[in-house]
Amino acid sequence: MSTERQELTIATNGDIVLARRQVRIAAAELGLSLVDQTKVVTVASELARNALVHAGGGRMRVEIVHNGPRRGLRLTVVDEGPGIEDVEQALTEGFSTANGLGLGLSGSRRLVDEFDLVSAPQQGTRVTVIKWAR
Amino acid sequence: MTRPPILKLGDILIVSIQTDLDDQEALALQDDLAEAAVAARARGVIIDISAVDVVDSFIGRTFATIAAITRILDAETVVVGMRPAVAITMVELGLSMGGVRTALNLTQAIEMLNHARSPG
Amino acid sequence: MTVQAEAAIRRTKDLFLEQDGRLLDQWSEKANISADELRELYRALRAALAGEDEDFTDVRGLLAEFSRTRVRQGYTPAETARTVFALKDAMYEIVEADGSPEALRGFAWFSRLVDDLGLFTFETFSNAREKVILDQTEQLLELSTPVVKLWEGIVAVPLVGTLDSARTQVVMEKLLQTLMETGSQHAVIDITGVPAVDTQVAHHLLKTVMAARLMGAECVISGIRPQIAHTIVTLGIEFGDIVTKASLADALAHALRRSGAEIKVNGRWPDEEETESSP
Repeated sequence: MSTERQELTIATNGDIVLARRQVRIAAAELGLSLVDQTKVVTVASELARNALVHAGGGRMRVEIVHNGPRRGLRLTVVDEGPGIEDVEQALTEGFSTANGLGLGLSGSRRLVDEFDLVSAPQQGTRVTVIKWAR
Repeated sequence: MTRPPILKLGDILIVSIQTDLDDQEALALQDDLAEAAVAARARGVIIDISAVDVVDSFIGRTFATIAAITRILDAETVVVGMRPAVAITMVELGLSMGGVRTALNLTQAIEMLNHARSPG
Repeated sequence: MTVQAEAAIRRTKDLFLEQDGRLLDQWSEKANISADELRELYRALRAALAGEDEDFTDVRGLLAEFSRTRVRQGYTPAETARTVFALKDAMYEIVEADGSPEALRGFAWFSRLVDDLGLFTFETFSNAREKVILDQTEQLLELSTPVVKLWEGIVAVPLVGTLDSARTQVVMEKLLQTLMETGSQHAVIDITGVPAVDTQVAHHLLKTVMAARLMGAECVISGIRPQIAHTIVTLGIEFGDIVTKASLADALAHALRRSGAEIKVNGRWPDEEETESSP
């Protein structure tokens, strides 16, 4: 069964694993290559974990998007957490917060084709990524 | 919670990860391996990831931590069977897993551990 | 849209829907194709114009199928499009017979509609062709990137020709796959046959070497010509501790040494002195 859009709740560690599984299924259905599937599932894992660790939880939307004849997988991860104070800094290589858990954002950005981050202190965070099928 | 079974081959411990571990299970594995390494007075720990299709930053760091812990316990950790797609993704992600030795298969991992013990 | 235009379109639709079998027969005659082959399409058009399929989705679906069938039967895409356009001629006769100003005005609208449908068949053809080309390109990539076994535990990938990003990625994935499947700890990537290397390709090579290392294998890059070495330095690409050799032979010797192999030639080690044979 293929669905155009799924909403997942990220509230526990187990949810991160579930998210990986759902994204894997969606990516495979979309026809992404094995390497591309692995990349987008890894990004899903990173983003879901960020939401859980830094905001106590969040939501992930998994959907198929179109751009003319092209089809892609779009992940949108939203949390109502403390937000990122310095977005630029968070996106720089090797940046990690005090407890040693890197945000993995700069690496994630390299794994996908489109990456958008919206965040501000006290305003939560929304990360949107797209991986296009080749 | 899934706890992968740890097998003993002489003084080498072998664990094969067959399921998608969540963060808690990864940490539990870390503890289990440390305990087992002490109990068995192991000189080597082999982690087989040939069935693993995603290694994200958390799992990667967990492997690095396991390697560091076992080194203090006088044992070497070797991660075995990494899939090409996983390797490519980790390189792109910038995950280096510094300090963790890797081998293509079990045989080479054991050779590596034997060689480490008796250099030359 | 003006009231006039709306009335014109409505009149044209009514005329179309009034016709039933006769219009189909006329279309079949003008298009020089049997009515049976057009029947399903005709019915779908009727349904669409009657308001049952507002987006013409069913019509497009059938048209795509029609287009593919005609290709298989050996018709050119232009011929298929003309078959669709022939509906205009058939409809015009009816509009003429009716003679009302609304119908004549509405015919322009109808004509555009049929033009769109005809062009759609062309697009379907074009897309199908593109897919064939893509599939063949992929197959070609697969065939032209062999990974060869040089020795026990040593494989080589001779890259030949101009490298583009896509091709390099395919080759690199294939190399890593082979390393895993054969358990080879050494790989030689030979770029003797590559005239030029740009930043992207160099980065792909670097990433492949790093990925191989992560898996537990070492790569040597060989066949680096002076010009390419110059380019690499100029581009500021850091090769770090990756071993590079000028020739494939040097790379093989290096890999052999690293894998612990020792080679005797004619019963002597290469650097052994030739001694008088004693009886």
